[in-house]
Amino acid sequence: MPFFDTALGTFALILAQSLMIVSFVMISLLFLVYGDRKIWAAVQMRRGPNVVGAFGLLQSVADALKYVVKEIVIPAGADRTVFLLAPLVSFILAMSAWAVIPFADGWVLANLNIGILFIFAVSSLEVYGVIMGGWASNSKYAFLGSLRSAAQMISYEVSIGFIIVGVLISTGSLNLSEIVRAQDGEWGFFSWYWLPHLPMVVLFFVSALAETNRPPFDLPEAESELVAGYQVEYSSTPFLLFMAGEYIAIFLLCALMSILFFGGWLSPIPVLPDGALWMVGKMAFFFFLFALVKAVVPRYRYDQLMRIGWKVFLPLSLGWVALTGLFVQYGWFGQFYVRWAVGS
Amino acid sequence: MMIQIFAFYLFALLTLLAALSVVFARHPVHAVLWLILAFLSSAGLFVLQGAEYVAMLMVIVYVGAVAVLFLFVVMMLDVDFAAFRANTARYIPLGLLMAAVLVMIIGLAVGDWTTSSQMAERRQSLTPLIDENHNTSALGELIYTDYVFLFQSAGLILLVAMIGAIVLTHRQRKGIKRQNVLSQMYRDPKASVALKDLKVSDGNPQ
Repeated sequence: MPFFDTALGTFALILAQSLMIVSFVMISLLFLVYGDRKIWAAVQMRRGPNVVGAFGLLQSVADALKYVVKEIVIPAGADRTVFLLAPLVSFILAMSAWAVIPFADGWVLANLNIGILFIFAVSSLEVYGVIMGGWASNSKYAFLGSLRSAAQMISYEVSIGFIIVGVLISTGSLNLSEIVRAQDGEWGFFSWYWLPHLPMVVLFFVSALAETNRPPFDLPEAESELVAGYQVEYSSTPFLLFMAGEYIAIFLLCALMSILFFGGWLSPIPVLPDGALWMVGKMAFFFFLFALVKAVVPRYRYDQLMRIGWKVFLPLSLGWVALTGLFVQYGWFGQFYVRWAVGS
Repeated sequence: MMIQIFAFYLFALLTLLAALSVVFARHPVHAVLWLILAFLSSAGLFVLQGAEYVAMLMVIVYVGAVAVLFLFVVMMLDVDFAAFRANTARYIPLGLLMAAVLVMIIGLAVGDWTTSSQMAERRQSLTPLIDENHNTSALGELIYTDYVFLFQSAGLILLVAMIGAIVLTHRQRKGIKRQNVLSQMYRDPKASVALKDLKVSDGNPQ
């Protein structure tokens, strides 16, 4: 019996794979934060971080070290356990969703046949980090920020859910690898889902911005009114965990966007080989868009945000689900909408 | 197999511990957080049974939506829970009675389902084979093909209940200011901003 079939071998294999994913995410996190600041600076014609390391590349490392060595301040009257639990929840949940992301054909830690539901479940849990942090801080600003954030995240989860349902109806499977394989066609770039589901790509991108509390929807931490929202009482490592969790969640939605609509690891030109590099490149591109939006779009008012979520995005995505259902059931547009590899 | 048994006892004990803590927690917010743990570990039990779809729905619906609302309400409440708690001991006999009835109901249903000969046929017919059909599509076949009318009428009843609740609690208030979003969006600077040319001392109220 080969070693990797024994219980110990399986355990070691899963451990090694998890470590690989965690280190990939953590290392990209360092440069994502750097890239975010650099892109933001470039739009505003500033230099951005440029002191630590060549071109300031090591700025995030220095910042991380600084966060870790500082003192953890727990405010008086705070609920200590919940206060320290909240950043952990937010970081661990954001990280655990990566377990089901396929980086290339077969390169996936847990090939669940309900992978997309797992991601949806985990991202619906992420709201707890925010609520717990805001409540446990025992501060008005933090509490108001967490209430806003929770309402916002729940609202946009609904429309994200319906957008995902549309893609699922086209694929006929909840497995993320199957979703990517269904987009494999002879037209390369043009056989991906962004073309049949074009309106939903825009909706998904905007909902992703709102779901991760990014500008222009960063109302929870609107510094002009709430100081810094739910994170106001957090310092040093707990704050670092919150921020890392936020960026990991953003990067996860970039990954999800490239899997759902832009063919994951598939290459846009049919003659070029597919591979993990395409996947990483697409994720980086969508992160660039996220960073660009942060710099160029002004912040929304809270009631406008809620109105868009419930009165515009929800009916649109629900209608699109019904429309996709029609196309798939009656086979209109041929193979354009129906790409069922499994089942019938 | 060992790992499965270990995981079962882990999740089962965690569920029981969390459920007990819901009852005994001092602070209501802690009670809700324990409730969330109970939901999560029972989702783990569903996964062990091979019902991963139901497990994920459990997490999305109960933990991701219902418990968030609980938490919202409990965080906002300012009730003196110590006074509230002081005379709960009176209700212990009633609680025990209800628990006993619940256990008996569950026992009867499960016992009947697993052992009775009348149910043998139905046990066979209900579940499609796991080997040829994973449980998402099996569930879909059940509720959207075999029992679609029952399922849809259950949905309609829920819809009616929801509309009823809204109608019952809705009250028309007079004299409130409402924002008209369309008129806000169609406002243009020409109609709402005027540039006035003032002399130096004109703005002075004296």
